[in-house]
Amino acid sequence: MSEKNLQPYIPVFSVLLAFAAGSAIIALTGTDPVEVYQKMVRSTFGSGYGFGQVLFRSTTLVLTGLAVALPFRVKLFNVGAEGQLLMGSFAAAICGTMIPVTTSPLIAAPAALLAAMAAGSIWAVAAGLLKVRFGVNEVISTIMLNFIAQALTGYLLTNHFAVPSTVHTSQMASGTTLPGFDRLFGLSWHSPANLSTLIAILISLLLALLLFRSRYGFTLSASGLNPEAARHAGIDTDSRIIGAMAIGGALAGLGAGNLVLGYKHWFESGLTSGAGFMGIAVALLAGAHPLWILLSALLFGWLDYGGLTVNTMVPKEIFMIVQAVTILAIISFPALSALRKR
Amino acid sequence: MASLKTLVRLNGISRSFGTFLANDKVSLAIHEGTIHALVGENGAGKSTLSNIMYGLLRPDSGTIELDGHKVSFGSPRQAIKAGIGMVHQHFMLIPTLTVAENIVLGDERSSLFTPLPRRRIEKEILELSRRHGMEVDPGAPVSSLSVGEQQRVEILKVLYRNARLLILDEPTAVLSPPETEQLFRSLRSLANEGRSVMLVTHKLDEVLEVSDEVSVMRKGRLIGTLSTSEATRESLARMMVGRDVLLRTDNPPQQPGKTVLSIEKLEYRTPDGRQKLRGLDLKVRAGEIYGIAGVEGNGQSELLSLLWGSWDRHGRVAGKISIEGVPILDRNPAEIADMGVSMIPEDRLESAVVPEFSIEDNLLFGRHREKAFHRGLGFDREKLRKATGKAIADYDIRFSLKDNPPISSLSGGNQQKLVLARELERPDIRLLVLAQPTRGVDIGAIELIHRRIVEARVRGIAILLVSSELEEIIALSTRIGCLFEGAIRHEFSEEEVRNGRISESGFEKEIGLYIT
Repeated sequence: MSEKNLQPYIPVFSVLLAFAAGSAIIALTGTDPVEVYQKMVRSTFGSGYGFGQVLFRSTTLVLTGLAVALPFRVKLFNVGAEGQLLMGSFAAAICGTMIPVTTSPLIAAPAALLAAMAAGSIWAVAAGLLKVRFGVNEVISTIMLNFIAQALTGYLLTNHFAVPSTVHTSQMASGTTLPGFDRLFGLSWHSPANLSTLIAILISLLLALLLFRSRYGFTLSASGLNPEAARHAGIDTDSRIIGAMAIGGALAGLGAGNLVLGYKHWFESGLTSGAGFMGIAVALLAGAHPLWILLSALLFGWLDYGGLTVNTMVPKEIFMIVQAVTILAIISFPALSALRKR
Repeated sequence: MASLKTLVRLNGISRSFGTFLANDKVSLAIHEGTIHALVGENGAGKSTLSNIMYGLLRPDSGTIELDGHKVSFGSPRQAIKAGIGMVHQHFMLIPTLTVAENIVLGDERSSLFTPLPRRRIEKEILELSRRHGMEVDPGAPVSSLSVGEQQRVEILKVLYRNARLLILDEPTAVLSPPETEQLFRSLRSLANEGRSVMLVTHKLDEVLEVSDEVSVMRKGRLIGTLSTSEATRESLARMMVGRDVLLRTDNPPQQPGKTVLSIEKLEYRTPDGRQKLRGLDLKVRAGEIYGIAGVEGNGQSELLSLLWGSWDRHGRVAGKISIEGVPILDRNPAEIADMGVSMIPEDRLESAVVPEFSIEDNLLFGRHREKAFHRGLGFDREKLRKATGKAIADYDIRFSLKDNPPISSLSGGNQQKLVLARELERPDIRLLVLAQPTRGVDIGAIELIHRRIVEARVRGIAILLVSSELEEIIALSTRIGCLFEGAIRHEFSEEEVRNGRISESGFEKEIGLYIT
């Protein structure tokens, strides 16, 4: 009984524990943790630019988090959000450079987004098909697909698409870019935050509706929770697996909307900076729930950028430790309570 | 009994899970050289009590005495050392190891650097097994053994560790009638040797047949212990349920209608080449219950999966199954359900429900394609709530939590009632396939389930009933087919079944001849 009641608080405990651990490490480096956290809060929530940075980073994480969360609902661990995001970003950038400059933004931007989603989706469905057809473990196949995406985009970039003597593709047509917050709301944050943040929030809401209110979501959940019974009930579980991967991959690809269309306006090496991997952590902390992912992504986005702002006081690696400890705690707490049940 | 020495004595054992009191001050004495049956409905606290005795759970209060000395087990290892062993319902054997290796596992009696004295061990095991009529080949890999033989290995494993008390949890659930008889002979032989056996079961016939003493539990309490010679079926059932129980369902005769299900010369070979069905023939008409009697593993599972379109397509199939003349072998479960077929699978938890889903969602599960439940892209929750309320009332589904709890919080019997409510209430249903409809279900719930099945038959539904409980087959069926090695070996006509019901035990023996 008591374990049941504690269950919803596990993420909170885990975050608190991680911050305690982070504080201890900061103290060990000879700095006052309170001061560090104060500065972090000041330079993120206290300034438009900082806050925009946090939103920008969180937005990619929302999308990659959802990309991990949805397959999670059918018991698939999609470790490949990174590769899917890479493929999506590359596709978006190429689409942006190829599209005629005269195309209306109302067509050009959605076209680039669709290209990104299609590329991400194909990359994820490949793992789904391997799973359904040949029983290949999706963890292994998505990791391998990450490597392939890395190598493929790297090769195409350096050998075919990079602007000479740079590491990025040429600038996209202006019609394919997404407006920043400054233009949208008349602000002067000068931050990379853009329309994608709103798109990501909308997508989370839609995904929650899909999962918890639609017939498709019902069959998807059933396929994940009890595949045997789902098949017995006449649900095609294989197609749900492919479906979850397809949507998940498309969402990871959509991360390109934020990174490429909204900010960089080209593809460059190191563009994703591991946002696909951090999506795994985001999804785990949120219990794969689309709405909690918004909050969870905000926390990780804040740690990501906040760590940079206090770089002069403490190494930003400490905040990577905080992130990792959070996840370790999340996955360890249920195991602990299972032990205590005896 | 008073003259017998007490081996184990439980004093006021209590154990709760959260607010649920699974054992409430249970006191019990097991004497040396006796078979002590522990009966009760599902959820009465039998398993909790045996797990406490075996050291898997700790009691919140109360003490255990062994030979008059207080003991307390922190783990099964300690219980085994003290001489208490348990055979679980689900076997815990490693299929790739041999019988002997499985038996000595965890008790190898050899050091890291000396090899296992294989020959000596195998000889010991052979002697032990012969002495109690439980012969198995110690060198055979466990994967090659039948279920009955695997159970022997589990028992030998406990005996090899010199257990003085054997706890057996529902040991006959997986056995054929002859295997059950053999098991009981072995248990008697163990008792004669001075060992004690605690038989946890809900089958009253077995209790009366084999035990010396019987303790009855209800809702966590020990209702009483009596000598088996003083007990009757009725008195035990009353103690278990707390009221008089109708052990026999009223089954009025009826004129069956046209043929609904027809199976002709059905053959099935599994992907790894085992022939599971060998020319099975049967017909089920509207308004009749066709009972398939048989020991598990004679092709029931394969027949069910072929009927439902969920069979392994890598296997080889021949023959014909048709429903009202339409062949169905090439159809999938969704298409077959659309033809007005409903199926209650053998294993409820594995194939019929999603444990994490609520009652309402489980009632929808498998019927989610019905337009009546749809609204927009989702479901008509209002309509569903009403349907759920009706099912709960009509099928007497009981649960302690408020509102709409996950189905895993319901007892097995209530889960089964819910599955039955879902499948029997499908609109336009013509054929109902029931596999083990009352497995793991309380006596009280069996009564209601049987009544609902007969009602469905009276409505004109064709019903195919597959059950390993002969009693159930005899009570419900219009006709009975005896399934043996993948074919109907003998069929009892309607008249024969009606007459058979009059002298049930004789009829059971007669059926028994055709299924072994």
